[in-house]
Amino acid sequence: MAENEQKPKEEKDEKQSPILTPETIEHERRELEKTWFEPRGVIGWLSNTNHKTIGLRIICTAFVFFGLGGILALLMRIQLAFPENNFLGPDLYNQFFTTHGSTMMFLFAVPVMEGMGIYLVPLMVGTRNVAFPRLNAFGYFVYLIGGILLYAGLILNIGPDTGWFSYVPLAGPEFSPGKRVDVWSQMITLTEIAALVGAVEILTTVFKQRAPGMSLNRIPLFVWAMVVTSFMVIFAMPAVMTSSSMLSMDRLTNVSTHFFNQAEGGDPILYQHLFWFFGHPEVYIIFIPATGFISMILVTFTRRKTFGYTALVLSMIATGFIGFGVWVHHMFTTPLPQLGQGIFTAASMMIVIPNGVQIFCWLAMLWSGKWNLKTPLVFVLGFFAIFIIGGLTGVMLASVPLDLQLHDTFFVVAHLHYVLIGGAVFPLFGAIYYWFPKWTGRMLSEKAGIINFWLLFIGFNLVFFPMHILGLNGMTRRVYTYIPETGWGELNFLATVGAFIIGVSVLSFIGNVLYSLKNGLVAGDNPWGADTLEWATSSPPPAYNFQYIPIVQGRHAIWERTEDAPVITGLNVKKREALATTIHDAAPEHKYELQSDSIYPFLLALATGGTFIGVIFHPIAIPIGGVLSVLALFGWFWSNSLAHIRSTHEEVEKDPQNPEPSLKPVEAKI
Amino acid sequence: MKRISKILILSLSAFTFLFVSCEREERGFRVEPPSAGRIESKQLTPLQAGVPTANPPVHNEYEENAYAMAEGKRLFSYMNCVGCHAHGGGAIGPPLMDAKWIYGGQPEQVFATIVEGRPNGMPSFRGKLPDYQIWQLAAYVRSMSGQVPFDAAPARNDDMKAKPPENSIEEAKPIKNMPRIP
Amino acid sequence: MNTDKLKQDRQEEQDKRKILSVCICVHLWTKKMVFNNRLFFVLLSFVLSGCRGSQSALDSAGVQSARLENLWWLFFFVCGAIYLIVMAVLLAAFFRSRREQKRANSETQPDVMPNPEREKRLGNIVKGAVAVTIIVLFVFMIASFRTGRAVNSLREAEQPLVIKVTGHQWWWEIEYQDRIPSNNISMANEIHIPVGRPVKFELQSTDVIHSFWVPNLHGKKDLIPGYKTTFVFQADKPGTFWGQCAEFCGHQHAKMRFIVVAESPEDFNNWVVAQRQSSVQPATNLQKRGQEVFLTTTCAQCHTIQGTPAYGRVGPNLTHIASRSYIAAGSLPNTKGHLGGWISDPQKIKPGVRMPMNSYSSEDLQALLEYLQTLK
Repeated sequence: MAENEQKPKEEKDEKQSPILTPETIEHERRELEKTWFEPRGVIGWLSNTNHKTIGLRIICTAFVFFGLGGILALLMRIQLAFPENNFLGPDLYNQFFTTHGSTMMFLFAVPVMEGMGIYLVPLMVGTRNVAFPRLNAFGYFVYLIGGILLYAGLILNIGPDTGWFSYVPLAGPEFSPGKRVDVWSQMITLTEIAALVGAVEILTTVFKQRAPGMSLNRIPLFVWAMVVTSFMVIFAMPAVMTSSSMLSMDRLTNVSTHFFNQAEGGDPILYQHLFWFFGHPEVYIIFIPATGFISMILVTFTRRKTFGYTALVLSMIATGFIGFGVWVHHMFTTPLPQLGQGIFTAASMMIVIPNGVQIFCWLAMLWSGKWNLKTPLVFVLGFFAIFIIGGLTGVMLASVPLDLQLHDTFFVVAHLHYVLIGGAVFPLFGAIYYWFPKWTGRMLSEKAGIINFWLLFIGFNLVFFPMHILGLNGMTRRVYTYIPETGWGELNFLATVGAFIIGVSVLSFIGNVLYSLKNGLVAGDNPWGADTLEWATSSPPPAYNFQYIPIVQGRHAIWERTEDAPVITGLNVKKREALATTIHDAAPEHKYELQSDSIYPFLLALATGGTFIGVIFHPIAIPIGGVLSVLALFGWFWSNSLAHIRSTHEEVEKDPQNPEPSLKPVEAKI
Repeated sequence: MKRISKILILSLSAFTFLFVSCEREERGFRVEPPSAGRIESKQLTPLQAGVPTANPPVHNEYEENAYAMAEGKRLFSYMNCVGCHAHGGGAIGPPLMDAKWIYGGQPEQVFATIVEGRPNGMPSFRGKLPDYQIWQLAAYVRSMSGQVPFDAAPARNDDMKAKPPENSIEEAKPIKNMPRIP
Repeated sequence: MNTDKLKQDRQEEQDKRKILSVCICVHLWTKKMVFNNRLFFVLLSFVLSGCRGSQSALDSAGVQSARLENLWWLFFFVCGAIYLIVMAVLLAAFFRSRREQKRANSETQPDVMPNPEREKRLGNIVKGAVAVTIIVLFVFMIASFRTGRAVNSLREAEQPLVIKVTGHQWWWEIEYQDRIPSNNISMANEIHIPVGRPVKFELQSTDVIHSFWVPNLHGKKDLIPGYKTTFVFQADKPGTFWGQCAEFCGHQHAKMRFIVVAESPEDFNNWVVAQRQSSVQPATNLQKRGQEVFLTTTCAQCHTIQGTPAYGRVGPNLTHIASRSYIAAGSLPNTKGHLGGWISDPQKIKPGVRMPMNSYSSEDLQALLEYLQTLK
């Protein structure tokens, strides 16, 4: 950009602008504090719509579920430590592994990534809140209800026991009596509603609310990752909601459809197609945000600009597309035609290419950068050591003939944990060490962080590396015990030991968080010397994020900011206003009043959750829930429209003389 | 503090309420079967000589347990009950999904019918099945006429074949050169 | 008959496992100490070469599994090399960053305008690496297609032995079908096959999805209700191999095992002749009493013994139960004690199994066991 031309203009603008005197700034700050005041008390807690509060709630809730899922995993490992162990027995073991898998997939991995997105994306793109704040709050409550449903189920002995993909006919009405699978399928539906809501939020926020100047090619890579993820969520989640709803309808006594009943023209393989059409993209829905974390962390900690920005973005998008074309590799052992399987082998191998591009670009960054070897970077290095093994075993599983041997064995269990823990949890821990100062204003302890890393790294490899060998030695997954003759005892015992090391490592992390919340070093605005906009505001950020929306001058917003960078003024401080910008260039379009806090999202979530849970037991839940939902929506939109009448959409005046509106300090007329 | 304790009490009572329905999901692999002791003297009709005496009905716990009734349903086909009673609609034997009971519809009466057999074809299963499985069968039999809790009753089978699936029926083709009626 | 062989195998197996687990401990320890994965694959290949046994995908006993094993080793070594290279680059980058610059910190001036020539050079390296990746993937793909075709080529073999396998919750029904129906053999959880002759399995399931897997002989194939699938493989060396259900099928998925006994054609023929016989008639009084118990109590409701009025089709066929090495779908060796425990309390050994709990008097149980032990 021609900086020389701009400087004089900006100076001129600033001189002309009477707004930016210290008194005005202080006055506007106080007004903003008042306008964006977060409500208190129980009702206030339930009606808060601030994206940071909601985001942190999602992240904390997801970590609670991570802990619960982890406890289940430990119990399962105790059961498997010795042959013919009687610690759990098949009924509990089946409930535990199903709940563990469903928790980690639906209640931890996807929500935690979306929670990170909901917290960070508005900050990174420089806006005040997400586009639909009430919808956001609704999403959180629906997710919470789904999670509580699953665990209440487990405590009440209605825990699902058919595996996290609940294949029919085992999960169908004949072979799974009771309400266990219904609890599972409604939990799926509820959490997927939450995921869809989050995806819509993030997409709209990114496309319409970026700070001026942040054209598409300047979006931080994590934001790109969330965009790709959100699109994948929108296309993948309906498939699983369809399959879980069809499963419910098959199962409910009053409905008794025959979608999956072979004898009446249904098809059990249809279920597998529907499930895996969601199930494989799900892996990328979890993994792509993690690649976003890695790109962000690498830029900050190798102290250099992104290497291969375009290549990284394109490979994320390519992953998003190809991810929808590989689902059949979960079904290579079903009677499907050979040729079709060959195509899916090719597609599954093709997805290695974009992932390879990402890894090579990151390696290039590591090669040419100056390392600031702090905990976040250490976790990213751990990611390389672990995820690549998972990726390579993934290539093995993509091959039809090899998959015939490896499918449904502990090899697959090892592979998926290498991919998901290596590919998502390690970067996630890195990300939490990275952004924790932003969230709380205090740093996490570095020493404890390194201990946490090494325990996790060693424990993880101890648990899951032997599983490769167990799988090749014939140990199939989801066995609650095994006979001594198989000789699987030693490696399983090793794995159990490793599981407890992981447990200690997670405890050290929790301890670190609790200790640092009170006693950590005070962070300051930008403790890592990072480059993106969230570091341009205070830690923790004020409720309105930025007093003045910054104008972005490059991909690395902070690093490339000039001393006299212009900011946006003129947003009404007495309303919750955000600036809407154009999709491509992020040129200012108009001001837009965001919805205020409201209790109705919570009420609607209660009605929705009540409907889905009630219908398991009686169909009367549908009309009752429908009426209640409509009432809640009434309140939601009524209060919203009243607020809306007060504001009008005010077009931002464009300066016809300036061809680059995004780089002009905007003063909207009030 | 008061508020918190209120919430605690509320949630605890909600949980206890829910726990009541726990029995529905129990997978009783090795549970003690309900007593079958007084079966021999079970009344089959309300008619009796002398003063009417109250006879407390036997409570079959399996009627609240979804797993046990599903086992009963499996036994219903394993033991070839289907052969005569079909899937409850009746064929050689009487239908079981209506409100009409020849030998009584109380749990202990159904149990007795299965154990002892009845004239005109119903064989005796005495000693052929352990008691607890007969109780499971009895629970399933009663579920067919809707006498068990709605949310524990088994749902449809995966192999009921009333007629060939619609998508495997061949399309009817118009017959060519059909003779015309003058 | 096979039990001794299995026991011997088991012993050797266990010794190997012990060595193997020590190797892994050592390997992980080294990994921890040096944070360097160079030793990783040397040790790994050593460890994996210990993957031998009667239920191992890397100890092939047939032509198909041999092909799969070759493919595995191709993938394994290429992937291992790739991993080593990537880790070496990472490590080199680590040392480079230490050597060339002093450690950076958060105040270090970020490199927003890197040297364009170096960027271009790095870009070319990345492009080259992607190109190599694509080539490797093509090699993998072609190798995988070729193996896939070769593995399926037995399908067209002439004169295969046809065995019908039906998956039940939680046992395997094995039927040898002959043109003459009276020559059919019905077995459970034990498959005998002749060495060197292709065997065609017709797989079907009557309840939920199961998956048929004998790692030493071939990959797995799902048994999906309503779909009839076939699966062909051939054993090239004699031995006893474990198989297991590989698709989660309910409470006792873990204990839905079976064995495949590959034997010489002569042995196999002898076995077939023996299996075609009707059951042995009880000789002693105790055995007669046992048969009576069998026929008059719960047993006959579900089980068949040919040559007696017991013709239940729900459970495994017991005509020659004493000839089998294992009972309860491969979960217990077939001894009198185990059989007794199994009959009286199957729900303890396999909770949820279809076999009900039985309460026999001890005399009846003894008689029953005595009788069942004669059914060679």
